[in-house]
Amino acid sequence: MKLLIKNGRVIDPANKIDDNLDILIEGGKISKTGKSVDAKAETVIDASGKIVMPGIIDMHVHLREPGREDKETVFSGTMAAAKGGVTSVLCMPNTLPSLDSAEIINTMKAIIKNTANVDVFICGAITIKRQGKELVNIGGLKKDGIIAISDDGASVDSDELMLKALKEAKKEKILVICHSEDKALSGKGLVNRGFTSTRLGLRGISKESEYKRVGRDIKLAEESGAAAHIAHVSCAESVEIIRKAKKKGIKVTAETAPHYFSLSEGDLLDYNTNMKINPPLRAKDDILAIKQGLKDGTIDIIASDHAPHTENEKEIEFEHAEFGTIGLETELAVSITELIGSGILTWQELIRKMSLNPAMVLGIDKGTLGVNKDADIAIVSPDKEWIVDKAGLVSKSKNSAFIGRKLKGAVECTIYRGKVVYKA
Amino acid sequence: MTKKKTAKWVHKDLLGLEYLSKEDIELLLDTAGSFREILDRKIKKVPALRGKTVVNLFYEPSTRTRVSFEVAAKRLSADVINIAVESSSVKKGETLNDTGRNIEALKADIIVVRHNCSGAAAMLGRNVDISVINAGDGWHEHPTQGLLDMFTLRKKLGKLEGLNVSIVGDIAHSRVARSNIWGLTKFGAKVTVCAPKLLIPPEIDKMGVRVTNNIDEALAEADAINVLRMQFERDDMKAFPTQLEYFKNFGITEDRLKKAKKDIIVMHPGPINRGVEISSQVADGANSVILEQVTNGIAVRMAVLFWVSQARDKDKKDEITH
Amino acid sequence: MSIKQVFTREEIERAITRISHEIIENNKGVKDLVIVGIRTRGYVLAERIAKVIDNLYGTKLDVGGLDITFYRDDLSLVAEQPVIHNTEIDFDIENKNIVLVDDVLYTGRTIRCALDALIDFGRPRTIQLAVLVDRGHRELPIRADYVGKNLPTSQKELVQVKFQETDNEDSVAIEETGNDKEKDSKMGS
Repeated sequence: MKLLIKNGRVIDPANKIDDNLDILIEGGKISKTGKSVDAKAETVIDASGKIVMPGIIDMHVHLREPGREDKETVFSGTMAAAKGGVTSVLCMPNTLPSLDSAEIINTMKAIIKNTANVDVFICGAITIKRQGKELVNIGGLKKDGIIAISDDGASVDSDELMLKALKEAKKEKILVICHSEDKALSGKGLVNRGFTSTRLGLRGISKESEYKRVGRDIKLAEESGAAAHIAHVSCAESVEIIRKAKKKGIKVTAETAPHYFSLSEGDLLDYNTNMKINPPLRAKDDILAIKQGLKDGTIDIIASDHAPHTENEKEIEFEHAEFGTIGLETELAVSITELIGSGILTWQELIRKMSLNPAMVLGIDKGTLGVNKDADIAIVSPDKEWIVDKAGLVSKSKNSAFIGRKLKGAVECTIYRGKVVYKA
Repeated sequence: MTKKKTAKWVHKDLLGLEYLSKEDIELLLDTAGSFREILDRKIKKVPALRGKTVVNLFYEPSTRTRVSFEVAAKRLSADVINIAVESSSVKKGETLNDTGRNIEALKADIIVVRHNCSGAAAMLGRNVDISVINAGDGWHEHPTQGLLDMFTLRKKLGKLEGLNVSIVGDIAHSRVARSNIWGLTKFGAKVTVCAPKLLIPPEIDKMGVRVTNNIDEALAEADAINVLRMQFERDDMKAFPTQLEYFKNFGITEDRLKKAKKDIIVMHPGPINRGVEISSQVADGANSVILEQVTNGIAVRMAVLFWVSQARDKDKKDEITH
Repeated sequence: MSIKQVFTREEIERAITRISHEIIENNKGVKDLVIVGIRTRGYVLAERIAKVIDNLYGTKLDVGGLDITFYRDDLSLVAEQPVIHNTEIDFDIENKNIVLVDDVLYTGRTIRCALDALIDFGRPRTIQLAVLVDRGHRELPIRADYVGKNLPTSQKELVQVKFQETDNEDSVAIEETGNDKEKDSKMGS
């Protein structure tokens, strides 16, 4: 079965390509790339005027299965991924139970095998039940198939235990993803601490609770020599700490989510619980710092931190509502809208941060359009404008912070391992 | 007779003074003036809201505000239903939105809601078509208290512009403070907040107020002082010194007032803790307007009920003509 | 749209003087007499009537202003936002003879509201009604005791009374609106 994509503007950072080319796909792999590829294919897609890029690799996704299938499942979450041009996701371990044992990892692998619409990679927990007390069998779980570890949603508070985890991870050559939050400082906070928390009469979450823990995690990463990745960077201070660490040569990478460079605490004035996110939406200055961090390479990756919650958990009093926004279906468009138009990133840079970089950080052979690679491809109308409509969301939960927003850039078609899994 | 430019009232809900324009607030205060006159009549009642139903939905115990709204609604000839919900049962019980939709299905016209969560009134307002009046949400706003404080000040001093008003007490957890600040600053009053450092919320100066931790400084230039109720029973107060110590450092006493302007107006949203934030002599003294505030509160709430119901009627009319 | 003047300044003055005399005659003097005008122009007219009587009899009649907004039964129908004025009746109306004053008598609904409002202040002995213009088209069983001028109009027309105090001139004019629904947007005075 052959598939031919014709006349698209192919952007492939791995091979430094930005040109109008045709791509031929055979047996789920890219078989040929070039000007006017002449081949007989069962399916031909005309991509004139569109961008053809490697499928997005989103390394921060909560699929909720097993345990909270009412919020999202591997099936529904990967449908949402396909709609957003995402062909690989890394699923976070804060499921019920947590992804902390061989048994549950195997269960998860079976669910993925049977129901996933795109590639799902597994991030195991760092500690048993993500309680920060006892390390999981990192080496064992790696053999079972996890490609990273994280207690996402919680930070390992004990310096000693975190150091032990990092050393073990180095030995096992596995990535450690840090949810950098000092709960002792963020406490029962709900929104960014400052004018907004005062104005809304809500408990604040200080930036300190994030950047102090980012600082610690980097220090421990340096000490251990392990590869550490800082998840969901939200504030200026964290960006600066990471920048300095990178200059110093410490092996650290960082990610931010689209809502941290597109939304600010000011958007919370009507207590929209879809914008109740942890870490919280920050000030305008932080948005600028995040953008600067993306531009100068301090922040390597954009990931959605897709966090589905049911209406019962969101359409309630702000204080009681769950934290998080879904993001798989909007991450590319929000990034195009905020970063391309204003000249923060070039197309090459943006696509690199959403595909090649996460592939490299996770050590998976993806994120490129090279010959013989998996044919994971997104075809995008770069200038098409659309409004995020709740009814149009395919994720099982509809808690998008972007509902009602006008975005630029629309995914027209997603191809996963040579198969069209989404078509607008 | 001078014609004043009046605001066109468009708000279905009253959620907070932050969201109103100066003209909106002026319209409410002026209308409250008309209602205040009615309260001195033999028959203290007008038929303006005849046939309408007002539901007081209270998730926090509050006799004062609830009764004030009830009196106000009855003075306007509305029917009043009181629903008190135990806060403790909220989590397992019906959601606020469901309760609101049920009240709407019962064909009520206005919900007056008091809730311990900031933003609860805003959420309810979004989810029902009938009017919602915020009677206090968490630490966020208590707009009718802010309005009645402004009404009392304007009545006493003739204007709000340029007045020095100091708010003393637990600013961090006070919805009364926030509503007063938004309202007063819109009229060009100079507002000072005074409290121990722990009870000043972060970046409150960005709301356009002066901050001090010294009570004498707060009193020095003040034309009026608004003394907030101190709630030492709350969890957050555990880090805090004793009641006695608070009274020593921040309590409003006759001795302290001697150093202030002679005609300084002393306000308190009630209920008063005598000997905690204010001495009995001051609370009952010549400068105190605490009981007048209570009466004015009815007039202000009548004005709010009247105007939100007007906005609702306007909506209905639009629907009919479409 | 055409505007037709129907009352000049002199005619208005003469009408006010005549109404004042009739009030005295009807009440056999000024004992227990008080005047209450409906805001805005009814109040102006009330003050003028009181002034004429005071000049004639050396009295100082009590004059009150009545705002009837909160008594209206059509608030939900009016297109324009109601303007609220102060009610000022700072005298006792118990057992008094009240002359209620308005500029134009039309459907009678304003007067109905005013009667309700007045009765909330106490129990007067009588309430009499004085208007500068009666334009007909009553919808309620209400009639005026004192009328400056009966003015036959169609419902498409708008009767506009202006006073020096509020509008910088004294005049009564009929305006053709071509809108049959005039009554609905401006309550019949």
